Amino acid sequence: MRTSRAGRAGQYLALLGYLVFLAFPFLWLVSTAFKSPRELGSLHPAWIPEDPTLANFRQAFDEQPLLRAAGNSLLAATGAALIAVLIATPLAYVVARRRTLLARAATGWVVVSQAFPLVLVIIPLFLVLKNLRLIDSMSGLVLVYVVWALPFALWMLVGYVRAVPAELEEAAAVDGAGRLRTLVSVTAPLLAPGIVATALFAFVTAWNEFFFALVLLKTPEKQTLPVVLTHFIGAEGVADLGPLAAAAFLATLPSLLVFALIQRRITGGMLTGAVKS
Amino acid sequence: MAGPVGAAGKGDRFVPSLTERSRTTRRVPGTGPPRRSTGHGAWFLVLPALLPILLLSVGPLLYGILLAFTDAQSGRTAPTQWIGGLNFRDLWHDTLFWESFRIGLVWAVGVTVPQFLLALGLALLLDQELRLRWLARALAIVPWAMPEVVVGVMWRLVYNPDAGVLNETLRGLGLGDGRDWLSGLTTALPAVIVVGVWAGMPQTTVALLAGLQNTPRELHEAAAVDGAGAWRRFRTVTWPALRPVALAITALNFIWNLNSFALVYVLTSGGPGGRTRLPMLFAYEEAFRYGQFGYAAAMGCVMVAVISVLLALFLVGRLRGGDRT
Repeated sequence: MRTSRAGRAGQYLALLGYLVFLAFPFLWLVSTAFKSPRELGSLHPAWIPEDPTLANFRQAFDEQPLLRAAGNSLLAATGAALIAVLIATPLAYVVARRRTLLARAATGWVVVSQAFPLVLVIIPLFLVLKNLRLIDSMSGLVLVYVVWALPFALWMLVGYVRAVPAELEEAAAVDGAGRLRTLVSVTAPLLAPGIVATALFAFVTAWNEFFFALVLLKTPEKQTLPVVLTHFIGAEGVADLGPLAAAAFLATLPSLLVFALIQRRITGGMLTGAVKS
Repeated sequence: MAGPVGAAGKGDRFVPSLTERSRTTRRVPGTGPPRRSTGHGAWFLVLPALLPILLLSVGPLLYGILLAFTDAQSGRTAPTQWIGGLNFRDLWHDTLFWESFRIGLVWAVGVTVPQFLLALGLALLLDQELRLRWLARALAIVPWAMPEVVVGVMWRLVYNPDAGVLNETLRGLGLGDGRDWLSGLTTALPAVIVVGVWAGMPQTTVALLAGLQNTPRELHEAAAVDGAGAWRRFRTVTWPALRPVALAITALNFIWNLNSFALVYVLTSGGPGGRTRLPMLFAYEEAFRYGQFGYAAAMGCVMVAVISVLLALFLVGRLRGGDRT
């Protein structure tokens, strides 16, 4: 399509604006993380640290139990991702392949569960978990994360199942393959990348989660990374900027890595889920 | 459309093991797989997901609505009592709650609208054949992948009165000394709204871009040949195709924004003087700092009611405005 020279220039200018807006806070975070305490106290902070140092990282690990918190986060996120995918895949298969009342109810729940404020869920959830003695426990948190990740996992997986043409399964059946054989050798291989992407997405969601972890975990030894990060900020909102930036930077790396891996699949999954249902 | 069908990976455990059961109860010999029919076997596939959903999502929701009509408090030994609509009557007279609610609406609208407009602009740009598009696509994902707490921390560094880049830039441009953005009574809410826009733009952009890539290219080209300018092409070709996606993502954004918590909790904790105390922060304090479970649940109910009414009005109004849904 033709666009005038001036139009093109305008487009590049706009794109540049977006790039700056999207990138600058993150660049500033990285820059702050590597600055020396002296430079952080200076009146004219610079973009590039004068003498880059790892002192902030060392101090961050000294001040807060970051490794333990990262371990807790890893446990919660991995557990939640595996369980969520394990129970959501069969449901997604049924929803995608059979138009039943159940399928419609499941879709309805996905939508409704998005609309309800967390306050209304967290209080009764807190009481239920308390009765089950799952407050302040990793298993309780994993359970909550599973249910919390389910709507989107289901949404994505339904899209992936639909993208596997039912005709392929039918063709296999015509060729004499049983239901089980069809699913093992036709459906599963085609679905596997989607399942992995969904699991990774659920992992990032749980790794990043803050509210439930804040409410449900009381013992400091059990807290997850996002909760521990807030401990760097003092009561009066005064924070030691260097270590705070260093810890925040480290906490983001796993999410960024995983997201870079699955980016295309996530957008593809959102798309198919959205268009075909 | 880039579907998720792709390279064949390793076979998966769960799908086969589950269908084995369905096979025993429902076997259609030789013919195609059953569609549009409910085998009893389906229940075995569905149960593992359904149980936790009912127990930890649907159940708590209903329980939460019931709690709103009780005087439930944390750590109390006396039995909880039904108090009918008393919580709601108290809420009606609770000026702090309504102030918080008003702030919540300002925040939700203030974030959702710019989020949509900026995301639409970016999606339109990314749909063009521009250089550096890959970089913008990659960068646009960053806010999405980040933990909300880190987003909050990061912008605290940007807004920091002394060591922050915003004030330094203003000083460099000779625009005065800057200010303490997050503690100023007038600047705190706009400042957190900017962060909200930044954090929520990626999802919106991705959804809109997906919608754009579904618009028929040929129509676009035909319109261009007929001499339609860029704006006309957008209005007559692009927008009608984009509408459903735009409506859905805007409605979802509005709900998500009204329910947001972590971002503002980290940025201001609701301060200064409650100027950024979103309804979620208010309810959180009520429930987990003061232990007023019943009262906080009532707040949740009011929020659901208001969200539902607003969304219904928005969607009805929008759907009526166009001929396609």
